Amino acid sequence: MANQAQLLPGTLDLLILRAVSLGPLHGYGVLLRIGQISGNALLIEQGALYPGLFRLVRQGLLKSSWGTSENNRRAKFYELTAAGRKRLREETESWNRLASAIACALSPQPEET
Amino acid sequence: MKLLDSLRLRLAALFHPSQVNTEMEEELHSHIQLRADDLERSGLPRPEAERRARIEFGGREKYKEECHQALGNRFIEILIQDVRFSLRMLRRSPGFTIAAVLTLALAIGANAVVFGMLNGLLLRPLNLPQAESLYAIQRGNDTYILQSYPDYLDLRDRNRSFDGLAAYNIAQAGLDTGKNPSTAWLYEVSGNYFDALGIRPYLGRLFHGSDEHGPNSAPYIVLSWAYWHSHFQDDRGVVGRTVQLSKHPFTILGVAPPQFHGTLLFYSPDFFVPMVNAEQVDGANFLNARGTRWVFEVLGRVKAGVTPAQATADLNAIGSYLGKTYPNEDGPTSFSLVRPGMHGDFFAPAVRAFLAGLMLLAGLILLAACANLGSLFAARAADRGREVALRLALGSSRSRILRQLFTEAVLISLVGGAAGLCGGVVLLHWLSAWQPFPQYPMTIPVYPDASVYLVALLLALASGFLFGAVPVRQVLRTNPYEVVKSGSIARAGRRLTVRDLLLVVQIAICAVLVTSSFVALRGLVRSLHSNFGFEPRNAMLIETDLRLAGYSPDQVPAMQKRMIEAMEAIPGVTRVGLVDVPPLHMGWAVSPVFTDKTTDLRP
Repeated sequence: MANQAQLLPGTLDLLILRAVSLGPLHGYGVLLRIGQISGNALLIEQGALYPGLFRLVRQGLLKSSWGTSENNRRAKFYELTAAGRKRLREETESWNRLASAIACALSPQPEET
Repeated sequence: MKLLDSLRLRLAALFHPSQVNTEMEEELHSHIQLRADDLERSGLPRPEAERRARIEFGGREKYKEECHQALGNRFIEILIQDVRFSLRMLRRSPGFTIAAVLTLALAIGANAVVFGMLNGLLLRPLNLPQAESLYAIQRGNDTYILQSYPDYLDLRDRNRSFDGLAAYNIAQAGLDTGKNPSTAWLYEVSGNYFDALGIRPYLGRLFHGSDEHGPNSAPYIVLSWAYWHSHFQDDRGVVGRTVQLSKHPFTILGVAPPQFHGTLLFYSPDFFVPMVNAEQVDGANFLNARGTRWVFEVLGRVKAGVTPAQATADLNAIGSYLGKTYPNEDGPTSFSLVRPGMHGDFFAPAVRAFLAGLMLLAGLILLAACANLGSLFAARAADRGREVALRLALGSSRSRILRQLFTEAVLISLVGGAAGLCGGVVLLHWLSAWQPFPQYPMTIPVYPDASVYLVALLLALASGFLFGAVPVRQVLRTNPYEVVKSGSIARAGRRLTVRDLLLVVQIAICAVLVTSSFVALRGLVRSLHSNFGFEPRNAMLIETDLRLAGYSPDQVPAMQKRMIEAMEAIPGVTRVGLVDVPPLHMGWAVSPVFTDKTTDLRP
């Protein structure tokens, strides 16, 4: 727990989109998938996922349908819409640009050595 | 598809909040179960697994609320909730509801009627295309708007600022269409009248400037739509028919459009005839008399790009020309522009003062009503102190409670406003159809339009918020702990409260209103019984106009003498006399009075 990172504001939506892009998932599945693809390095309170899911559905980036989970429980499954896929692509690009810019800025500069 | 889905979702959220709620509940429950399954598989007993899953999930109610917010539409949802709750509360106290709605209906109804009059008489321009650029020409800076016909012709032909200057005059004539001749009220208008105003015919054609060729050259009639409808039964065959107007043959050219009622607000003419035929219509020829000002109003549309100040300067240049050229008839002359429809500044100041007074009184009535309802609401909020305290204790926010109270207030004000507006609209329609002086075609065109509805709505909303705001402090200061513990709202002695203040305001306003209505009533009673210096009772007036029956001026005195003799022969008649304009009678005649030393005998 101690070495889990807090989420930056606004990144939860991006993570949800990424998790769902690999296949339809229910809410709990999204949480597990985020843990799996981030190497369990991020701290997310479980309930906080749902306002994010509802928001993305409202924006038309996700669509939901009721189905049955692998262990036979009724659950709501989410999958990306075309708009969601496009948004994920854009957000990923802009995140990468930002991350590399910050990384570059923070890396040791020649004059420091 | 996406749009439809999102729309469906929102509609579902609006109309089936419980369904959305159930689904959300089910989804969160399913999450906890799935988590518990995982924990159970890792070796925990089921009850412990479920407990851990719930703890890991976090504040469930908080996230549910956030989910609702994420769904959007909270505003309307809360509004619907509040309206439902308010309706329930209001139904529980019908006496309060009825009293509040009635109070507001009366107050807003009164305001709607007075504003309707203000709107119809002062704010609304004449019902003509581009009425904003239309101005009447007034002589000098006084309220004298009559012009002589030759002066009008000079103004019309010499100005460079108007798209045609038109003139009209009010006249009465006898119309004989072949059966029962009757008197009619009409406009004598310049030939370019319809063209200058931009009026298109409803039927047939209208006359133009080119139809005039000197005195009595254009014996044409254009009927108003209302007169055509009531006196010719919408007969489309009237175009081209010849009728007798004051015993002279006139041809009906066409019918004016239904929404055109002439250019004087209070007076809708039956039909229009060219001014050049005035001699045939009312027996007098003043077309060449520059000193005789009888043309009722000269008006026109200022050209695009010309400011009213430039137009006035242009007119004043003509004025100084007239003054120099006709020193005896015109003298030093200047002109000013006024809004048409009220006979220049002749009626407008009186109407404005009267309506401003009425508006002030109506505003006071509304204020008194708001003060009254404010204290009613404060009393109600005090009675509901326990309910408010309980809701606060259960975790409701104060803003949410205030929101509900405001919803209740605005709901009442809207219902009251709607009821008042309905009454007001009926009254305004009745007023518009009313003819205060049966012998004159005078009307008060105050039929309501969109702005009346808008003002009533705004007044209702404003008063709702005004009296709804009274109990705000009370709610903000409620201490739920104290109230729930003691079972009542602790009253810290008798201090001067908002309610006491409201009561004083209400009494003060009501005193003003009652006093002013008594003053008005006494004034009315006194003018009904005032001493005129003569006895108006048992006096009968018989109105005749021999010119309209085709009598030439030299035949009139003999005929009048015969009429007097015939009337004296009627049993019970003590005296018979002749008068041009009876005292107290509303007439247009104005007689200039000069001292014996005056040499400049211009009016």
